[in-house]
Amino acid sequence: MNNKRDSILNRLTMLDFMAVDLHLYLNTHPNDKEVIEKYNEIIKEAEEVRYEYEKNFAPLCSFRSASSEHHFNWINNPWPWSRKFNYYIEGEE
Amino acid sequence: MWVYEKKLEFPVKIKKTNPALAKCILTQYGGPDGELAASLRYLSQRFTTVTPEAKATLNDIGTEELAHLEMIGSIVMQLSEDADMQEIKNQGFDSYYVDHGLGIYPASASGVPFTAAYLQSKGDPITDLYEDMAAEQKARSTYEYLLNLTDDPDVAEPLKFLREREIVHFQRFGEALRTVQDYLDSERCFVIPKPNFMNNDKNCGCKKCK
Repeated sequence: MNNKRDSILNRLTMLDFMAVDLHLYLNTHPNDKEVIEKYNEIIKEAEEVRYEYEKNFAPLCSFRSASSEHHFNWINNPWPWSRKFNYYIEGEE
Repeated sequence: MWVYEKKLEFPVKIKKTNPALAKCILTQYGGPDGELAASLRYLSQRFTTVTPEAKATLNDIGTEELAHLEMIGSIVMQLSEDADMQEIKNQGFDSYYVDHGLGIYPASASGVPFTAAYLQSKGDPITDLYEDMAAEQKARSTYEYLLNLTDDPDVAEPLKFLREREIVHFQRFGEALRTVQDYLDSERCFVIPKPNFMNNDKNCGCKKCK
């Protein structure tokens, strides 16, 4: 990762993906205690990383993220579909 | 309702312009087995499905498909945004260019505009879930054909991610289908009326008649 912003965004993307995947699993296995525990751990860490990203860089969610000195970053570039927003994942084959 | 989050589900960062490939990948934006059709199909079917598991599965996979639609749009845009007129002409992008410029328009690889005829919402939870499982397999095949056409790792990595999601979604729909089958087979189910043509038949062979 080139910089702090990319590495925080990468961590958040990973955690959110794990949350999406486990959440889908729990929809059809709602009583799997082990996975519920894992899911809750991931949600908790993702919340912390999300806070870290928003505090340092830009708001993530429209009408959910709290306003801060970076509030106007919402309308600013880069947007997620641009090259500039994204980063290369390390350790690829 | 929905909340937008200003990031992709999986990063898309493509250096090399390739309008020919962009035109092929566009089919997963607005083509017959694309992400827009998937999302609309599941988000429409969820209104009339029956078990808690199936409702949640259709709702949440329908939502994830919107994130995939955004990834595909990003791939197509990044592959085409720096193309010059020569590349547009030489790589067969000119037929798309005359109608849409470098805009991202929901169409298939061959240029057929998106149509709701690509999807069904049949009002029968079993019929719908079988369609959904088939749709995930069709999308998986499409991603494999696209990967056969791709030698750029910047493009292949997100396509591989999307292909894997089709496999997981197929599995989850299969599990949701099982809950619907068990539910409709239970003695206490009065939700789905018998089809009209069966109403005069007192012994249709189902558990309730026996």
